[in-house]
Amino acid sequence: MTSNLIVYLIAIPLFSSAVLLLTGRKANKWGHLLGTLASASSFGVGAYLFTQMLAQPTEERAITQKLFSWISVGSFNVDASLLLDQLSICFVLLITGVGTLIHIYSISYMSHDLDRRRFFAYLNLFIAAMLLLVLGDSYLNLYVGWEGVGLASYLLIGFWNQKPTYATAAKKAFVMNRVGDLGLSLAIMIAFASMGTASFAGIKAAAPHASTGTLTAIGIMLLLAAAGKSAQFPLQAWLGDAMAGPTPVSALIHAATMVTAGVYLITRSNFIFDAAPTAQLLVVIVGAITLLFGAVVGTAKDDIKKALAASTMSQIGYMILGAGLGPVGYAFAIMHLLTHGFFKAGMFLGAGSVMHGMNDEVNMRKFGALRKFMPITFITFGLGYLAIIGVPPFAGFYSKDKIIETALNAGGAKGILLGGAALFGAALTAFYMSRVMILTFTGEKRWDDEAHPHESPILMWLPMAILAIGSVVSGYLFTHGDALVHWLEPVVAPGEHAEHAELLPPMVVSALALAMVLIGISIAVMMYVRRPVVNVAPEDVSVLTRIVRQDLLQDAANEAIFMRPGQGLTNALVTVDEKVIDGAVRGVGAIAIGSGSELRKSQTGYVRSYSALILVGAAAIVLGIWVITQ
Amino acid sequence: MTINWISLTAILPLIGAVLLATLPKSAELRAKQFAFGSTLVTAASAIAMAVKFQRDNTDLQFVEVHSWIPSFGINYAVGIDGIALVLILMSVILAPIVILAGWNEAQGGRWSVKTFYILILVLETMMIGVFSATDVFLFYVIFEAMLVPVYFLIGGYGTGARSAAAVKFLLYSLFGGLLMLASIIALYVMSGNQGGHTFDLARLAELQMSSTTQNFLFLGFFIAFAIKAPLWPFHTWLPDAAGSATPGTSVLLLGVLDKVGTFGMIRYCLTLFPEASKTFTPAIIVLSVISIIYGAILAIGQKDLKRLIAFTSISHFGFITMGIFAMTSQSQSGATLYMFNHGFSTAALFIVGGWMIARRGSSTISDFGGLQRVTPAMAWCFFLAGMSSLALPGLSSFVSEFLVLVGTYTRYPVAAIIATVGIILAALYILIPVQRALHGPTTPGNENLTDLNLREKLAIAPVLAAIIALGFYPAPLLNVINPAAAHVNSQQGFTDPVPTVEGK
Repeated sequence: MTSNLIVYLIAIPLFSSAVLLLTGRKANKWGHLLGTLASASSFGVGAYLFTQMLAQPTEERAITQKLFSWISVGSFNVDASLLLDQLSICFVLLITGVGTLIHIYSISYMSHDLDRRRFFAYLNLFIAAMLLLVLGDSYLNLYVGWEGVGLASYLLIGFWNQKPTYATAAKKAFVMNRVGDLGLSLAIMIAFASMGTASFAGIKAAAPHASTGTLTAIGIMLLLAAAGKSAQFPLQAWLGDAMAGPTPVSALIHAATMVTAGVYLITRSNFIFDAAPTAQLLVVIVGAITLLFGAVVGTAKDDIKKALAASTMSQIGYMILGAGLGPVGYAFAIMHLLTHGFFKAGMFLGAGSVMHGMNDEVNMRKFGALRKFMPITFITFGLGYLAIIGVPPFAGFYSKDKIIETALNAGGAKGILLGGAALFGAALTAFYMSRVMILTFTGEKRWDDEAHPHESPILMWLPMAILAIGSVVSGYLFTHGDALVHWLEPVVAPGEHAEHAELLPPMVVSALALAMVLIGISIAVMMYVRRPVVNVAPEDVSVLTRIVRQDLLQDAANEAIFMRPGQGLTNALVTVDEKVIDGAVRGVGAIAIGSGSELRKSQTGYVRSYSALILVGAAAIVLGIWVITQ
Repeated sequence: MTINWISLTAILPLIGAVLLATLPKSAELRAKQFAFGSTLVTAASAIAMAVKFQRDNTDLQFVEVHSWIPSFGINYAVGIDGIALVLILMSVILAPIVILAGWNEAQGGRWSVKTFYILILVLETMMIGVFSATDVFLFYVIFEAMLVPVYFLIGGYGTGARSAAAVKFLLYSLFGGLLMLASIIALYVMSGNQGGHTFDLARLAELQMSSTTQNFLFLGFFIAFAIKAPLWPFHTWLPDAAGSATPGTSVLLLGVLDKVGTFGMIRYCLTLFPEASKTFTPAIIVLSVISIIYGAILAIGQKDLKRLIAFTSISHFGFITMGIFAMTSQSQSGATLYMFNHGFSTAALFIVGGWMIARRGSSTISDFGGLQRVTPAMAWCFFLAGMSSLALPGLSSFVSEFLVLVGTYTRYPVAAIIATVGIILAALYILIPVQRALHGPTTPGNENLTDLNLREKLAIAPVLAAIIALGFYPAPLLNVINPAAAHVNSQQGFTDPVPTVEGK
């Protein structure tokens, strides 16, 4: 099946972005409207294509659109070609749907910013790049979107880059993502060298004939790419700093969509990972480490956005864990990705709403009691909270439970370790999210007199409300009749499921998970409800707390391992280049000319001499030829 | 009527230079306008030639042979393949852009404005000649003669220690040129023993010689080209030269003249010495990888904007050389495409960087700060040029860089893997100056800088447009390059490594 509509998904926001950037200040009046309209139109096209897909029988749902031959050299042939299948449509609807809501929210949130038009241009650029990422039919097309969203992320993290720390955060995100991109580049090279193609279909067809070693190498490189984009261990350090971007950006790019691209990459590459057990094992290890890492970091954050960012990292850890448990885990990973898209985006917008009412304050220790002043924000945020910690029947309960269950059923010690990590993570999640809820919305007010908390305008709370509805119902909808699992089957699980014996029955797993959630909530209540909260973070804390507050020393480690040695090497090489390499050249030159100091003194006078030298050289040629030919 | 397209295109700037010489010194504006017009006419002629070019024909096209010095068998012989055509196009498109962008850069030089443009036009004639010569003697003469206008452009119109930089450039190049001259004389002598003295490239390529001889003669050519390109460790003249030259001169120097080195490797080293090329390939791949990483690290460590751009080029030339000698379809086509794209992205960097420097009165990166607020258009152009330099997918440089890497990987995986680390370093060497110069609060001395005027926008727009357009649709260039690059590889007896698994 083909369709010539797919390209409009990307073209509309891309065109709008170009118009907004090139028109300049003249577009300030209507720029945000055009940007929102573009995103909404893209959503409209996506929704239409989705209904078209639904009308087709399962095997005919995937549709393609070849645009043109992009790069063709020898046997390296890459088309600019789009693939809309059951997996990519999930993302299309998420990206354009949540994206449009966030555009609407931003109209109000950014209304006082002089550069609002530019903001919408970047958002549109992001939407276009993200859609290309999920619609490209080859790894190289995906790569363009992959770095495109990286660019948009860079521009938006650094949107207020007049503040040096924000500019640094943007650069850090880009550079760490490039480390991941190294993996994507190499994966494509290995795939082309061994299988002669870079397209998903081509590699899928060739993979069964490729050696396990090759597939493992590709898998590990793809995992590196996923770790960079999705802030997974050990490339996680950029995400917290990325909160420098305006809050709608944190909601859209650094929670709901871009950072989940790694999960997409691994799910899309299921034909690689299913045949490369070692790579798959590394995927679950990275996922498990990150889900705990993020959750632990989240317990000590006083900055509401950074707490949510740590949570995002942790939740994506769950998704990566799920994706590493394929074939059965892919659908659950995507399910959690989608439900997370609703509740995390909703909570970030809620955080933005709180900041909006609190003079851009982000320190939760200076909040408190906001539920009275911002009831809609409180309710929508609260629904997201119930969803993320996994209280039934909210969305996160269904999707996270499935991942925990699959992890436990992975078999043997692996299953117990992974399942244990996922369960423990659930307790941590309940703790840190309860902490956020309690510190922000309940208890006594702790803010200064300058703050005048108030509910946000409708353009802001309406998107929050819609996302909150998603946080409530989406989990049920996806799992009802295993709807999403069956929907994704043609992409991720063409054969029958390799089911392990159930370690524990699903009911028991759910009960265990709920018990963990209750423990987490209880501890939070004991610590932050029973005891008074001070509006300055206490300093007399244990070494452990200090370490957690410093993000488990991630920056210190990166600085010690990469940055300082790198700077040392750079400085050393600059000196070597000047003193040794150029020094040798100057030395040889000085000897040849006779005297270095004389050279320096009278270079200008030598102009004629050097021109003469060329003449002499030319004469020497003629003379030489004449002598030789005699 | 047949038109000698190459000679016609090459002579146009020279005619312009001669006519320019008749203008009075005081007519500066007219000199600029006239020079600009001459380069536009030249570009039009080259584009007409490109239209006539048969892209699937791997023979040299538009061949002209006229006897020049019959007693030595020296001919004026020219002809181009797809590779030469692309490089000529790049040169003639960049020339008018350089003039328009650096409208005032000749002011304050040691000599008159008129002389500056005469030198540029003479240089343009030589650029076309050097890429189309098929007589080795003719090539050598142009190769050496090009040094003269560049020497005067740097030494007469540059900044800072311009004389020292110009001398260093000249000596370095002369040294390489002499090595090449020795090799050329040896080839000439051997041709005399094997059927008659000649400098004809095709006939010299058929000479029989021992592998030792081949190796020595190869090195004579290669070192000359490695200095020109430049390849590590022959690079130290470039940062000095680029640091002192005017931005326009730097564009022509790094964007065009340095390509004579990499072009020479394809046209002369490979054609004349296929066996020696194979012998030295491992060493050259190693030097290329060193250049890529070393150039990038040095770029990160630079405090001066112009020197930084020069070091990024050393890294980029490493990619080009690696692609040439990896000898796969992708790497060879990628290398030529890289030469073209590098011309444009380096031009963009030097042109916009030059505007920033001229306005600020300093080329030290830390003297800038917060330009995005003061001069948004200029900041955008610099940023986009930087993205091109770090090979962002969607921009033209990505296509060529990825082709070089993927092509190299199929034959030399380790080299390709190390070279790929360069993409991380590239992010650093671009984003560090971007942050320092464009972001942050506007620092003292930058508050009153003016943004781009219409002339400047007109000059940079085609460069940036080409960078974006060719990133999405490189086919017009690849269609011309592919047959020629494949021809180079097949002449060397190389076929692409076959994938281990038959994919579909």
